[in-house]
Amino acid sequence: MEMWIDRTKCDGHRLCAELFPEMIRLDDWGYPIITPGAIPQALLPHAERAVAGCPVLALALRRQERKPGQ
Amino acid sequence: MTNLSLFAGPPPNAGAERFADHTRRLGHRPAGNRTLIDTLDRSGLVGRGGASFPVGIKWRSVHSRSRGGAVVIANGAEGEPLSRKDQTLMTLRPHLVIDGALLAADAVSASRVLLYVGEAHAAAVAAMSRALAERSTVDTSRATLLTAPPSYVAGEETAAVHFVNTGVATPTATPPRPFERGVDGRPTLVQNVETLAHAALIARFGDEWFHSLGLNHATGTILLTVSGAVAKPGVIEVASGSTVDEVLVMAGGVRGKARAVLLGGYFGGWISAQQAGTMVLDPKGLRAAGGSLGCGVVSVLDEVADPLDVSARIMQHLANESAAQCGPCFFGLRSLAAATTRLARRQPEHGDLPQLHRWAAMVRGRGACRHPDGAVAFLQSALTLFEPEFAAAAGARGRRAS
Repeated sequence: MEMWIDRTKCDGHRLCAELFPEMIRLDDWGYPIITPGAIPQALLPHAERAVAGCPVLALALRRQERKPGQ
Repeated sequence: MTNLSLFAGPPPNAGAERFADHTRRLGHRPAGNRTLIDTLDRSGLVGRGGASFPVGIKWRSVHSRSRGGAVVIANGAEGEPLSRKDQTLMTLRPHLVIDGALLAADAVSASRVLLYVGEAHAAAVAAMSRALAERSTVDTSRATLLTAPPSYVAGEETAAVHFVNTGVATPTATPPRPFERGVDGRPTLVQNVETLAHAALIARFGDEWFHSLGLNHATGTILLTVSGAVAKPGVIEVASGSTVDEVLVMAGGVRGKARAVLLGGYFGGWISAQQAGTMVLDPKGLRAAGGSLGCGVVSVLDEVADPLDVSARIMQHLANESAAQCGPCFFGLRSLAAATTRLARRQPEHGDLPQLHRWAAMVRGRGACRHPDGAVAFLQSALTLFEPEFAAAAGARGRRAS
């Protein structure tokens, strides 16, 4: 699984970075920078907490994205 | 160098080619089917809206999901300020664009065609509207003209779909991409109008004909908008594989001495005039090499102009054109534009230059669409090519801490 974010929804509430600091940090403007790639099994509970904690439902856990045509 | 394909036929001052003349000159529109998609694969045609994505692959990805209900959007929004080629094409050869859109609809099994034309391009809107009215009711029953708002991002493919669905031309988060779920949730092919016009000719004359138009192993022709320090700025059609120097000769030659060339527009990048001269304009080849022809903008900066000032103005424009949906794009581009502007005014704040490099890396890849990525790529090309000027500006007397 990997973390997916709808950037159009994210308002920079910053909760995700507190709930899942192992893979989410904040940029200079308070928006999340997500470490790309698969989330290690051991960290999945933290990731799920971040998804559930986002007040605007901007986060989701998804299977790795396949990339056909644009 | 005189290869003309899209602009073959009546001269530009004759205005829009009428349907009867178009049909007399080129014959009726051939069939659009799976065979055409194979022909497009072999032709090497790639999208001319900026991304240079292979057309055959794109059509096939929509066709495989279509089940008869797909949608085709002919993208003539052309929000890039330095580009005129799409509006010129729609103004002079509207029926080639419409043919290409209908062929695409047949080939991908679409039931609906939307001609999405930038509302700011009045001549193109008028020509396309009149051209559609000249068509049979069979054509007009599935093709509709709608005007795109005059913003930079309105032509981005998810923004075009969002506009049709909701009336708001802002990009949306992906996946799903339009080819998966677009207009009314249907698989949607969003294709630039120049690309469609090429497809209309390839359908008639074949992929080998398209190959024969190109030079240096490139295929077909390309529309370019040449601007800046040239004697005759404007839209020209050249053989793919021409060099930048050859293009500049066709545009009447450089006025004064060229310092740099902006290739691909605001989402493109600066290249030194020296390096640009021998550069081969081949959309497919450039993409393979990790570069991009973008939307075909070639803009010449002479040695008199201040490259920092020009770059700062472009960054300001791109910051203003953020759809203000995604924080890293909205705030990031504002910060980048402000720091670039301070440097261009030679009134930097402490750390502005290293901050530009840091923010550029921070913003990349963090928007729903590629607007921030395009802006950052442009800025990084400026920071590289005009490094001495930026360094001097950063050392200028400013409000330096310590």
